[in-house]
Amino acid sequence: MSFPWANHYAPKHPLMRWLDEKLPLPRLVYNAVGAGYPVPRNLNYFWNFGVLSGAALGIQLITGIILAMHYAANGLVAFDSVEHIMRDVNSGWMLRYAHANGASFFFIVVYLHIFRGLYYGSYKAPREMVWLLGLVIFLLMMATAFMGYVLPWGQMSFWGAKVITGLFGAIPVVGGPIQTWLLGGFAPDNAALNRFFSLHYLLPFVIAAVIILHIWALHIPGSNNPTGVDVKGPQDTVPFHPYYTAKDGFGLGVFLLLYCGMLFFAPNYMGHPDNYIAANPLSTPAHIVPEWYFWPFYAILRAFTFDIWFIPAKLLGVIAMFASILLLFFLPWLDKSPVRSGNYRPAFKKFFVLLVIDVLILGYCGGAPAEEPYVMISQLAAAYYFAHFLIILPIVSKLEKPLPLPNSITEAVLAKSGQA
Amino acid sequence: MATLEHSETPGEVAGDGVRRRDFINIAAVSFAGVGAATVLLPLINQMNPSADVLALASIEVDLAAIKEGQAIKTIFRKQPLFVRHLTAAEIAAADKVDAASLRDPQTLEQRTLAGKKQWLITMGVCTHLGCVPLGAGEGEVKGEFGGYFCPCHGSHYDTAARIRKGPAPKNLEVPVYKFASDTVVQVG
Amino acid sequence: MVRLIAFLAGLGFVGILLYSLIMGAVSFVSEPPAKTVEHEFHLHPKELHLASDGPLGKFDRQQLQRGFQVYKEVCAACHSLHQVAFRDFKDLGFSEAEVKAIAKGWATETPSVNPETGEPATRKSTPADKIPSPYANEVAARAANNNALPPDLSLMSKARHDGGAYIYSLLTGYTDQAGFKNHAGQELLKEFPDAKTPDGLHFNPYFANLNIAMPPPLAADGQVTYADGTVATKDQMAKDVSAFLVWSAEPKLEARHQTGVAVMIFLLIATVLAWFSYRNIWAGIKH
Repeated sequence: MSFPWANHYAPKHPLMRWLDEKLPLPRLVYNAVGAGYPVPRNLNYFWNFGVLSGAALGIQLITGIILAMHYAANGLVAFDSVEHIMRDVNSGWMLRYAHANGASFFFIVVYLHIFRGLYYGSYKAPREMVWLLGLVIFLLMMATAFMGYVLPWGQMSFWGAKVITGLFGAIPVVGGPIQTWLLGGFAPDNAALNRFFSLHYLLPFVIAAVIILHIWALHIPGSNNPTGVDVKGPQDTVPFHPYYTAKDGFGLGVFLLLYCGMLFFAPNYMGHPDNYIAANPLSTPAHIVPEWYFWPFYAILRAFTFDIWFIPAKLLGVIAMFASILLLFFLPWLDKSPVRSGNYRPAFKKFFVLLVIDVLILGYCGGAPAEEPYVMISQLAAAYYFAHFLIILPIVSKLEKPLPLPNSITEAVLAKSGQA
Repeated sequence: MATLEHSETPGEVAGDGVRRRDFINIAAVSFAGVGAATVLLPLINQMNPSADVLALASIEVDLAAIKEGQAIKTIFRKQPLFVRHLTAAEIAAADKVDAASLRDPQTLEQRTLAGKKQWLITMGVCTHLGCVPLGAGEGEVKGEFGGYFCPCHGSHYDTAARIRKGPAPKNLEVPVYKFASDTVVQVG
Repeated sequence: MVRLIAFLAGLGFVGILLYSLIMGAVSFVSEPPAKTVEHEFHLHPKELHLASDGPLGKFDRQQLQRGFQVYKEVCAACHSLHQVAFRDFKDLGFSEAEVKAIAKGWATETPSVNPETGEPATRKSTPADKIPSPYANEVAARAANNNALPPDLSLMSKARHDGGAYIYSLLTGYTDQAGFKNHAGQELLKEFPDAKTPDGLHFNPYFANLNIAMPPPLAADGQVTYADGTVATKDQMAKDVSAFLVWSAEPKLEARHQTGVAVMIFLLIATVLAWFSYRNIWAGIKH
């Protein structure tokens, strides 16, 4: 949009011209994800994950709306209504497995999308707003996923709801009343289940709205690219359509292959067996874990085992867990290096690899039982997580001597193909 | 997909051979389209009755307890079903009418099973706008013709549940049923 | 300014975490956590191979019918199967008439209401009914079982790690606690003299806490008589009922496998086409 050489929408058919005058929706699409959006020509496969996230949201919306036609949000029948979907509703088993595994795959592609942004400096000026809106989407996704996991009303649903709302109970003075208010009672029950269902249905549409803002904000500076160098001219870009629609089409095929492989051949692999036991307020599962995509944060929560002065460990854990996400909002101002792409930042690159390993370790520990050595490992890993963003990154961005940048995207592309 | 804007792009594609190779783009898009259309089938079919609903699409009614002159209201496919044990007088009243003169011409024979003329089994759904007619319950108004009476808009049905007066266009519907034994009817 | 605050906050978090780590490590070394008997002596399920395993797996209907017989004659006395309806048994290869007869002849009748008095009553089941629970409610179930609740079995094979193999192992895993050794050769009662199985419970190393309230349900070979002539050893009955419970938890497994294969083939072709299309469109553009 902001590139003067972008293709201009010029409908040929009279009907399209008429529509363009009355409601320029095709023009909007053309400029947003059509031939009217010039995109750097050198994007690699990591740039597929934005579109894939959108596809995953689409799958979740469609399957979710359908599941809501058969699901009953009442503690007495919720569990049985899910089994009704699995056994009696036509293709119900497929729709429910598609939704349950769809949530996992949504997080997989979004995590890859986020780490792509972290490595290639997509959070830096002039794309701070894209990054901030992306984080808002991520927070909304987490809330939606958590509430969705409560709906089947199995053991993990119930105890997950109890534990997570219990986090709010850690807030001094007002914590208890807030927890009661969130649940509409003293423990998760019909009131909680019904409001979680209502919000679980609402939030995906809010996510879709914020995604529109996210894309809008992206189109003002245009897409980042693996060199991190600004687009200099028409030779640096290709139109989104057909070039990136074709590439995303291929990416979507690969995504669907993996997703359907899981859906049809290992649909419960990423779930927890305890959620096939109906909720029982009188019996806690031996070891409560959230869904895998929350494990890194769950590990940070559990890493705080000692009270510090007057602050109880529980509150520290809650603060740290929220801080671990909130600190990402400040990232554009913590990393002051003028170079975006990690490819040209030797020290940053090393620490980035460490961060990826660190988050994987945190994830592993979050899924493991709360016993040694996992607690100690997660303490170390959580310490690195905070140190990476709050201490190392600002220092590295100041001290590091970046490699020489290419003058333009085209130069980088030609240099690469010259080597090959 | 087929319209590549080569003039706009860097690294121009060689002029000849492009059209032929467009085939692969068309094939890919068409193939994906077929897939998307196939996915629609289960998404639409999920709204059809589920297995537990279909399992109740056929019911058995025990007639043993229904005395002559009595009727019962039961539920068939979530709608009222009237099972009526006609008296000899009611049968005679129904047979006396010239079927050809009726709005929906049918004889009692056509509306019951052979040899089981005394068992009148109909849906309890008025053919006008779907209200439940009176007359099956003990002490309910049976209308001017001694059969059923729909209070919504005043449709009168006779002892063969045929429409005789009022706005309803058709006789009360007779569902598919058969006698599983002398006293048990399987409806649906 | 942002970076200064971040730096201090970062130091704070790191400091607290490292402090916790050191304190944890010190206490870990000075008083190592006691080993638990579950940790040392719990056994992982034995291997169980069923026809329904794998991406192309299908149920062995003969085995499902045998397993159903074991459930009906042994398990159903205490365990409900309330997600399953009689009509579902058509999946096991029973005819409509057989399903009707099974429903009608089921030992427990379906709860209903006496049409004359309104008193609670029971009636014969129909194929549309779910399998009636052997107990009226949880209190009755506990009262009849020494305060232990026999769990519903509908989803048992999905509600435990290793599903069918777990059920098979549990059913065949009852053993004498005296002299029981783990893989390391340690003897349970020597290592944990206090862990003796209490009265009323039964030692079973495949059960999470090693002591299960259920007495060995498959007590002797030949406990059921199979119609198809298969010899009803304890092992065979355990396998069969495990297969049946894999079915009861996932009755749509075959449809899932078949649809899955078709979908994967379609997607594979579509992805290959998409790849060629992508290469075609990008032909000649360096990137």
